[in-house]
Order: sequence, then C-alpha cells, then structure tokens
Amino acid sequence: MTEFLQQLLNGLSLGAIYALIALGYTMVYGVLRFINFAHSDVFMVGAFAGYFLGQYLPADTIWGGCVALAGAMAASAALGVTIERLAYRPLRNAPTLNVLITAIGVSLLLEYSGQVFFGAAPRTFPSVFPSRNFDVGTLTVSSNQLIVITVAIALVVALQFIVFRTKMGTAMRAVSLNPKAAQLVGVNNNVVITFTFALGSALAGAGGVLYSLNYPSIDPLMGVMPGLKAFVAAILGGIGNIPGAALGGLLLGTVETFVAGSQYSTYKDAIAFAILIIILLFRPAGLLGRFTVEKV
Amino acid sequence: MSLRQRLLLPLLAAFGSVALAQETIKIGEYSSLTGKEASFGQSSHHGIVLAVEEINAAGGVLGKKLELITEDNQTKPGESATVVNKLISRDKVVALIGEVASGRSLEAAPIAQRSRIPMIAPAATNPKVTETGNYIFRVCFIDPFQGTAMAKFAEETLKVKKVAIASSVSSAYSVGLAKFFRDTFTAAGGTVTVEQKFSEGDKDFRAQLTAIKASGAEAVFVPAYYTEAALLIRQARDLGMTMPFFGGDGWEAPQLLEIGGAAMNGTYYSTHFSAENKEPVVADFVAKYKARWNGEVPGAFSALGYDSVYVLADAIKRAGSTEGPKLRDALAATKGFAGVTGVTTINAQRDATKPAAIIAVKDGKLEFLKTVAP
Amino acid sequence: MPRPHLLLLIGIAFAAGLSALSERIDPYFLDVMTGIGINVILAVSLNLVNGHTGQFSLGHAGFMAVGAYLSAAVTVYLGPQLLGDEPGMFAQNAIFLGALVAGGLSAAFAGLLVGVPSLRLKGDYLALVTLGFGEIIRVIFQNVESLGGALGLNGIPYYTNIFWVLAFVAITIFVIVCVVNSTYGRGFIATHDNEIASEAVGLNTTRYKIVAFVIGAFFAGIAGGLYGHFKMTITPTGFDFTKSIEIVVMVILGGMGNTIGVVLAAVLLTLLPEVLRPIAEYRMIIYSFMLIILMILRPQGLFNFKFGKTRF
Repeated sequence: MTEFLQQLLNGLSLGAIYALIALGYTMVYGVLRFINFAHSDVFMVGAFAGYFLGQYLPADTIWGGCVALAGAMAASAALGVTIERLAYRPLRNAPTLNVLITAIGVSLLLEYSGQVFFGAAPRTFPSVFPSRNFDVGTLTVSSNQLIVITVAIALVVALQFIVFRTKMGTAMRAVSLNPKAAQLVGVNNNVVITFTFALGSALAGAGGVLYSLNYPSIDPLMGVMPGLKAFVAAILGGIGNIPGAALGGLLLGTVETFVAGSQYSTYKDAIAFAILIIILLFRPAGLLGRFTVEKV
Repeated sequence: MSLRQRLLLPLLAAFGSVALAQETIKIGEYSSLTGKEASFGQSSHHGIVLAVEEINAAGGVLGKKLELITEDNQTKPGESATVVNKLISRDKVVALIGEVASGRSLEAAPIAQRSRIPMIAPAATNPKVTETGNYIFRVCFIDPFQGTAMAKFAEETLKVKKVAIASSVSSAYSVGLAKFFRDTFTAAGGTVTVEQKFSEGDKDFRAQLTAIKASGAEAVFVPAYYTEAALLIRQARDLGMTMPFFGGDGWEAPQLLEIGGAAMNGTYYSTHFSAENKEPVVADFVAKYKARWNGEVPGAFSALGYDSVYVLADAIKRAGSTEGPKLRDALAATKGFAGVTGVTTINAQRDATKPAAIIAVKDGKLEFLKTVAP
Repeated sequence: MPRPHLLLLIGIAFAAGLSALSERIDPYFLDVMTGIGINVILAVSLNLVNGHTGQFSLGHAGFMAVGAYLSAAVTVYLGPQLLGDEPGMFAQNAIFLGALVAGGLSAAFAGLLVGVPSLRLKGDYLALVTLGFGEIIRVIFQNVESLGGALGLNGIPYYTNIFWVLAFVAITIFVIVCVVNSTYGRGFIATHDNEIASEAVGLNTTRYKIVAFVIGAFFAGIAGGLYGHFKMTITPTGFDFTKSIEIVVMVILGGMGNTIGVVLAAVLLTLLPEVLRPIAEYRMIIYSFMLIILMILRPQGLFNFKFGKTRF
C-alpha cells in the first residue's frame, strides 16, 4: 500500500510537470490551430535563462527563486514573440503543414544553436529555491514536488480566468473561432496572437525552471522528451482545452510511473503512446475536447 | 584552392595541425561532437586534439606531422558509416580513432575492416566491437571484466547479498554491463532482487526507485551514464534510500558530483582513469589538459582519447610505415605501453587488458579506493 | 510503350550501367548516392500518403524499421543455411531480393495493422497516432533480444549496391506514379481534394487511405531493407520520430503530391548536410535556418511545378 501511494505521488508530480508544458502547447493551438514544435525548445531556453540568472542569485532563498522564475519567464516570452514575429507571421495564411515545418525548423535551430553557444555537456542547475523533504507517514514528499503541483494548479485557474473572464481572453476565443470575423468586429489579430505567444512561452519558461529544480541537469536537448510527452498530454486531454491539458498531463504521468515501477518498465515509453492511441480511438477529440461536426 | 579546402583551412589552422608544404600522416577521428551524446564526443575529442598537438610539437612521427581530420556523426545512428567512408576514401586517412560509444563504433568497424584501415576505439567497452575483425582495436577494458569486477566488489567489499539493478534500456552499454554484472553476481550466490529499466534522457526515476526500495535490496547497481546516474541517486536519497549505489565507467565525469551533490556520498564506481590519481603522469596530463581547454577537468574519455593517439603514434613508429597491414601488426603487438590510463597491452582479442580503478565518493570528494587487476 | 514504362526501363538500365562502373567511383560518393536513393524511396512513398492522399503520417520510420529488421533477420539467420559456405553472386542477390520483399511485405502488414484503426482520425491527431505507433515499433525492437536489443543488429551482410538502390528508386517512382494516374488512383486525389465530396459520390475514402498507407509502408520497408544491408548495423534509435520528421520535411519541401519535387527535395536535403560538413557544428544551424527561410519564401514547396500531362 505504501508503495502504491508513493507511486501515485510520484506520478502526480511527474504529471504536473507534463501539464505545465502541455498548457503552453494548448494555448497556442487553441488560438492558431497549429502545433508549435519549438515550444519544447523555448522551455529549454527558459531553463538556461534561469541557470544564468542563478549564477548571480543567492542559493536557497524564496525571493531569489522568484527572481529566477520571473527572469526565465520574461526571456522565454521575448523569445516566443520574436519567433512568432519572424518565422510564423509571414506564414499566417499558408497551409498549417508549412507552419509545422517552419516550427520544426525553429526547433532545430534553437537546439543546434544551444549546442554551439551553451555547449553540449549537461550543466548543473543551481538550487535557487530552498528545498526540503517531508515525511508524511511512510511517504516522502519533497518541497520541489509540492511547488510544481501548486504552480500547475494555480496556472490552470489563472489561464481559465484569462481566457474566459478578460477582454483579451474573449478576443483570443474570437480569433480561435474565426480570425476573419474577429477582425471585422475590431479585434487586432496580431496583438492577440502576440499576446498568446508571450503567455504560452512564459509558461514554457516557468516550466523550464521548475523542471530543472526537480531534475537539476540541463542541456540543449533537454526539451525534446518532455516536450513530446507534454504534447501527447495536450492531445490526450483534447488540444486547445486548458483543463484537458492538465488532466492529460496528470494521467500520462501517473500511468507512466506505474509502468516504470513495474516489471514491464522496459515498455514504459511505448505504454504512453499505447494509452494515447486507445483513448483517441474511442474519443477522437481527446478526453475533454469537443467533437466538431463536419459540415459541407 | 577548392572551395572545400578554403572552408576547411581556417578550421585546421585553428587546431594548429596544418602543415601544407610537408607531407603529413593523416588520422581520421569520428566522434559525436553534436547531438545527444555530444558531451562524451567532445571530451574524447579534446583529449585527442591535445595528444596530436603534443606529438607535433615534439617533431611528429617518422619525421612527419600528424594531421587530424575530425568528422562529426551528430550522435545519429547511420552517420558514422558515412563519415568513416568519407575519411577513408576522400581524406585517405591511415588510421581511425573512434568512438566512445559501442553502438557507433560497431557501425564504423565493418567499413574500417573492409578497407583494411586500423581503427582504435577509445572507450567502446562492448565486447562485440573488436569481434568485427582483426583491424579493430581498443585501448580500454571491456564490459565483462568491468561487470565481474563490480560483482566481486559488491560481494567482497560492500558485503551485500541482495542487489537491485537500475539500467537504461536504450543504451547498449548499459544493457551489456547489467547483464555481465548479473551473471557473475548470481553465479557467486548473490541475488538480484529486481531489475528496473529507464531510457536514455529520462530525468524522473522515482517510480523505478520506489519499486527498488520495496524489493529490499541492500545495494543498487546503476550501469548508466553520469547524468542519469547522478539524478537517479539524488532522487533515491530524497526517497530516503541510504544504501550504497555503485556503477561503471559511464559515471566518470566532473558533472557527476555537480549534479548529484551530497547525495553521491556512499557511492562507488569503476573507471579507466581518475583525475584524482596522484601519479606524476596523470597530474602532468591533467595540468596540460586544463591549460589547453580553459580549465576543463579531463574525464575518462578525454584520457582514453589522449592515450589512443599515443598508442597509434607508437605503433606507427614501430611499424616504420603507415600501410594498413603493417600498422595493424604493430598495433596488435602493443605491449606494456604506459599512458595516462595505465599500462596498455593489446591481447589476442585486440582488447586492452588494463586494471580498473574503483573510486569511492566520500564527503563530496572522489577518493581512490583500489585497483582491480584483470 | 507508355512514357512511365519507358522511364522505368531507362532508370534500371542507368542503374545497371552505373553499377558496372561502381568499382571506379569514390566509395564516399557511392555512400552518399546510396543514402540519397534510400531517402528518395522513403520520401516518394510517404508522398503517396501525405501528399497525394492528404493524410498526415509521422510514423514512416517505424515501417522502415520493420522492413530493415525483418529483411536483416532473413539474411542473417536464414541466409547462411540457404546459401551454404560458398555462395555465388546470383544466389546472394536472389536471397537479398527475397529478403527485401519479405521486409517490404511485413512493413505493409504493419501498415495495415496501424492504418485500419488510426485512419479514422484526421490531421494532427492522425499525425500523433502514427508517431505513437512508430515509437511503439521502435520500443518493441529495443526489447527483442534475438534482434540485438538496444545494441542493434550487427553483422548484416553488405548486399546493398548502387544497382539495387537505383533500381528500387525507379520501381518506387514508377509504381507510385502509375497508381496515382490510374483510374483507381484518382480516388487518392479525390480523397485529398475533398473527402466529404468524394464520400458523397460513393468513394470509399477509408479504403483509399488504407491502400495508400499500405503501399507507402511497403516501400518504406524496402528502403529499410536496403538501409540495413548498406550500413551493416541497425539500431532501434536510428528509427525514432526524428527520422520520420526528416522524411516529412522532404515531402513538404518538395511540394505535397508532386513526385519530381519530392525527389529533388530528398536529394537536396540529403546532400545539404554533406556539403556543409566542412563547417562542422554550424552546419545544422544553417540547415535549420534554410528550412525556415525556404518555407517562408516558397510555402508551396521548393519544386512545385507541373510536368507535362502525367501527374508526377
């Protein structure tokens, strides 16, 4: 029983991380209807921004951690907006596949530039937040795990609020529904899309720092695997749906943890995809996604 | 001057090994300079470049300078074969140095064998590599030896009977080493309580560790590379697992202690080389390496890369020629060659028989524990 | 004789002619040529699915893996028994051809298994499910001890030569061009152009999609077999989703549904990293940068043009 509860806790904390990254995918997809492959690399840049800031910050303080987090979010947001402006905006009216390839190009560009400028060897992420372990009964929880879970929940609530309760959120939904009509009623599409990218990339930056606090080894390719898993999580939950991304992340993290802790651990990477395939076959729009009826 | 040469020249000049007017001895290096395992490729590359520069500064071999031609395989499967073909047929290298990883060495080996160009793998420890043919050599010990050494170590020094294994399923090195360890350890009466797997690049091992904790293991064998090993042990300590962890030469890197921090206390690993070793040759190498590469501390792969160049230079001298068959025979006859990773003797299987050093981590520092003779 | 058939014969004759000269050609050049040929087969076969039929598969490397492993298993495990100690040239090539076809058929079967459930999905979802299947295939091979596991399968005989590669390039292009231009093949294009309208006029679009998928997988399997007997070593990580993405990039850059364009794109994208080799680690930065620029400047694909009446 202890083992089961400990695994459940491990799974939820891993899932919270997937959820954090998945939120950014879902935000961009919700508005622009395309998969931002470069998201996982913005995540990596966020982690490196936190790393460089961490060199000038005192270790183990709450304010130092917050500065690193804020700095990484700002840097990632700036990068996201730049990518959108230079690479995606010229393709606004092109088929989504072209944008997809451009996104793959941007992703490769960031990865290879990272290897040249940051070096390929892993670096150790400084412990900018104070970290402790708690024993709850027979279970062990680390403060970093708690931070990740709390931040993930807070972000889902905040994003739901932005999307459904603010003017900008209304504009985002309008652009998502019908960009041309949105423009006709006076929404400035470019501003909305820039805002979405800034928000999504800031999330990736925050995810990068929190991820690196939990797993303090960062390298230019660190975004690839979590990015892919988070992408799976976003689709699992129904892409474009904010609570769906969180749910997908938690589900994926938990299932993966239970498989990894069993005798079938060699099939861990396959199981994540198997679950995805099974769910998509029965609910093709994801767990919380809305079905769209095709009209001629 | 062709466009190719024009592009190549500044690079070669940067490596300080350009010697146009004079005839040179061309050595090909293929390595993972970018991509997933770039850190290994870069560190062996740094060792190789340092050795070539030293030899050239001392006048070269057979009166000629060595010219190192390096190709990157991006850590991509399939690329090594292409670049080795290029090195052999375009650049006409007389010998090849590479790779750190067994998987990519296995790709290049049949091509080197077919072209009768001797190849020295600095750190590919899987036995299959040199089985490819009689032109393939290595300057490191092999996994069966390392697995046996660590099994004996667990039994005799750690005095444990129940060991769990956490290995990477996607790395040939890890799978092989885990197997050799398990075979020897269970043959000697020990029990492997559970074997949990993860993949290269994984960062979360709490699931595997929780299962290991529940299995009642007294120690954990982690035949993985340093990033995974350090993260795994850190998370194990977080989960309240205080037992000893031990692993192989994949742990050997300065980042092991940086990433693992205090969690690494009470861990052990076997390796080819230790920068902590106080022997004058090693201390001298560490100082030269640091001076050449901006204070970087050499790891086992740097040292093995460095030694492979010297072993090759020594063989060229003894052969008095750079022809494939003659060079091959000279390499095969390498005996008692003293380098920074110990004394290299090439055996009938073209593997180096070398002692392994066992390192212990105590109070956040590496401590040389003992040497295990082959 | 119809033009495509003539071109096929010319292609095979060219392959035979070139292979007669191959002794005199630089091995590195041949190596790059073989790599190009294999990528052309992969890109052209994926083009049937992603281009002509308008589906989005990201799992092509998985089918390549099936073909590579199965055909290598035939030559490594069955080959020595069938050939004996002193195999002749003819027997060797016959075994190789058999192994390739076996690899292609098993890949086609895998394509059928994957295609039937997943082709109900569309767009990004289909992309992800195929990517997922590709990764599952890779993980399975990683766990099969007799096929080498993580270390990969070594000691595959070196059977692939420039003749086989170029001949299969010609055959792949021929088959796909002919299929697309046949009466039946119009169904693929109809599915691509407007799925709902095609359904309305009575086309079974799901069946067209599955047929396209199976044909595509067959040639991916052939390409895998050629690859395995060319590199002599195959590892599961060589067939991960980055390889699939590489092939998709070739198809999109070449212009979806445009065979000549896709062939040119495959040639260009295989050559580019080789040509850029002298600038070492900066080359992949330039490669990715060029990808972005090309997509912005020529979103319809680099080589999208019509070529006579036949739809290439």
